[in-house]
Amino acid sequence: MTDTTLPTNAAGNATRALVRKSLARRHRDEMLFRWAGILSIAAALGFVAILFGMILAKGMPSFWQSTLHVEAYFDPELIEGGPRPERQAGASEADYQKAISDWQRAVTLSNWNAIVDKAVRTAAPDFEIETRDLLKLVTSAARFQIRDLYFANPDLLGQTVPVTMLGSANTDNWLKGTIDRNQPDERQQLAVSTRQLADQLVANGAIRFDFAWHIFTNVDSRSAPASAGLAGAFMGSLYMMLIVIVLAVPIGVASAVYLEEFAPKNRWTDLIEVNINNLAAVPSIVFGLLGAAVFINYLGLPRSAPLVGGLVLTLMTLPTIIIATRSSLRAVAPSLRQAALGLGASHNQTVFHHVLPQTFPGILTATIIGVAQALGETAPLLLIGMSAFIANIPANPLDSATALPVQIYLWQGNENRNFFEARTSAAIIVLLGLMLLLNAIAIFLRTRLERRA
Amino acid sequence: MKTALYASAAVVALAAFGTTAAVAQSRDTIQIAGSSTVLPFSSIVAEEFGNAFPDYNVPNVAGGGSGGGKRQLCEGVGEATLDIGNSSSKMSASELENCHANGVTDVREVVFGYDGIVFATGIDQGDFALEPVHLYKAIAAQVPVDGEMVANPYTNWSEIDPSLPDQAIFVAIPGTNHGTREVFDIRVLEAGCEAAGLPEMEEDAMEAACLTPRQDVVVEIAGDYTETLARLQSNPEAIGVFGLSFYDQNRDTLKVATVSGVEPTLETIAEGEYPVSRPLQFYVKGAHIGVIPGLEDYVAFFLSEQMAGAGGTLEAAGLVPASSEFLAAQLEAFTSAVQYQP
Repeated sequence: MTDTTLPTNAAGNATRALVRKSLARRHRDEMLFRWAGILSIAAALGFVAILFGMILAKGMPSFWQSTLHVEAYFDPELIEGGPRPERQAGASEADYQKAISDWQRAVTLSNWNAIVDKAVRTAAPDFEIETRDLLKLVTSAARFQIRDLYFANPDLLGQTVPVTMLGSANTDNWLKGTIDRNQPDERQQLAVSTRQLADQLVANGAIRFDFAWHIFTNVDSRSAPASAGLAGAFMGSLYMMLIVIVLAVPIGVASAVYLEEFAPKNRWTDLIEVNINNLAAVPSIVFGLLGAAVFINYLGLPRSAPLVGGLVLTLMTLPTIIIATRSSLRAVAPSLRQAALGLGASHNQTVFHHVLPQTFPGILTATIIGVAQALGETAPLLLIGMSAFIANIPANPLDSATALPVQIYLWQGNENRNFFEARTSAAIIVLLGLMLLLNAIAIFLRTRLERRA
Repeated sequence: MKTALYASAAVVALAAFGTTAAVAQSRDTIQIAGSSTVLPFSSIVAEEFGNAFPDYNVPNVAGGGSGGGKRQLCEGVGEATLDIGNSSSKMSASELENCHANGVTDVREVVFGYDGIVFATGIDQGDFALEPVHLYKAIAAQVPVDGEMVANPYTNWSEIDPSLPDQAIFVAIPGTNHGTREVFDIRVLEAGCEAAGLPEMEEDAMEAACLTPRQDVVVEIAGDYTETLARLQSNPEAIGVFGLSFYDQNRDTLKVATVSGVEPTLETIAEGEYPVSRPLQFYVKGAHIGVIPGLEDYVAFFLSEQMAGAGGTLEAAGLVPASSEFLAAQLEAFTSAVQYQP
């Protein structure tokens, strides 16, 4: 290339000078944009790190809880009801059940607190403390825990066995210093003697900080907050997720396939498409109101039931799945369709044998993201009565239940702030863990399916 | 692919079948909702009830405020409706009328104890010795100055009364959905209003003048006490309104104010010395007795000495217990189906 090909030398030089002059500015602009991008990502990551850090710092201590390891004596003088009734020859099943039920009631009415009291005293024999103050050391569920040991094995009568009892919420607060240990007596929850006993039991090893498995195995509790767990909420969430998967995936995929592959393109399908997109943007609380009005008031389904929750969340997840499935159907190469049709496959065969399998990774990702979103949804569940205090593990989707995010909301509102602040964060950690797990499964399955396809 | 389709179809059919089956199945768990003040007590009794009577399910207890509880109770009769509405205020005549209009004709009231309403600040704040008139002057939208009603001019507690701390006024009071608000209105604002000596005016105008809170430094909390506590944490100068049991469990962060010179404790409330207290009660739908298993046993268990009685489980949780004669009379009235009269 020579200078002669340019219009004129002078004009070329002027253009080049102009370009060179602006070059520095353009480079600077690019640098600025890059830095702005890096900064905004750093800020976002920083906020996430602060959030996770705070939740982890608050919640992790809650997973280790003060637990008493003592010897309990099943005193025949204290335990009433006598030996467990044997089934008499000729007695009917109903009579036997009644005898068992009467026996259980009599056993329950025994003075289990006295047994707990004696058991704790074995760990600190010389410590003088009133029974009333001593019992504040352990959770009030301890007596039922020991009773249940006896129910499970009535041969324990008269025996001394090692038992573990949870420390009460207030003991845990004191030992962990959640309530400032230097605060004066009138601001402490426990009596002076109870606090001293707790310290002594920690010193002699009777109270240890064990991993709190009961967070995963127990249901929620108000009367014994230390033993409150997530099992009921977890089962409630599980039922709802199953209902969402079972209902939303087939309905969503079927609607998407019909709309994308079979439906005529006219004003009606346009209207439907617009409305599906609108539905995806409807705030979740509106679905809750709808659920309360239709499923509970009109259809008469039970309140607080995971079935209703699942149905409401299904409505919420459907648009996500329909939209994602349609876009992955659109992304399938037209050559695939043409090849299938060209080889004589029917429209139906083309769609179901060739096009749809290509979209599985997309559908799967959409499903898992939709389910993860539904798992964290709280607002609609509050409106269908799932925010109640429920101390049963739901046996089926019609039983009352809460859900994990609702449990977080309930614990956040508990009046024992000192204990439940940590417990709330622990529940958040569990929920976030589940979310991460679901997303990891989504990524794993997608890469696997994509490789096969 | 086909199998997957068939499987999904089968599952959808099953789910639809399950739905119809659900309608036919009868409910065997007691459903309770209402006042957030009563909620902890009600939940504790529910849980202990499940422990003591292994044949019954643990009742479900939801919040929603006293107003919500009474409204849901009065929605009608049937399994989809509430069995018990918790309330920290009495059911009004209009609420009962609403009940009757919806076919809920058998409504029984059970009073199980008392609760004090306390005023608390952050632990590092000044000592408050409050009188109802102080609170009225701090909260009302219009207050009398030299016999004229003017927009509330006070911004600092020491302007209202020199004995109060030099601290900016900021009060978090319960929203109108809470039963606590009603008691607060009657025992604090109306009492303070009377003591402040308002100029002569019509009855309706008087009520509005007494009970309308200002909007600048008074915030009405629709949520529960944790929300009020959060307000106090973000603004340590604020005064919050709490139930005695909530304050009791958070004594390490809250400092309580005396009202008319009396400090709120279980004793002063039980003896009626502390002025801002109210009975706690729940309303039972009589039509559900014998239909929902365990409803009668739950009420009897609630009123038993080991729960609501002096030295019982609920006292440890902050309830001001009623006398055992009173509890026995409540149970007697409940079992003999005495109807609630406002």
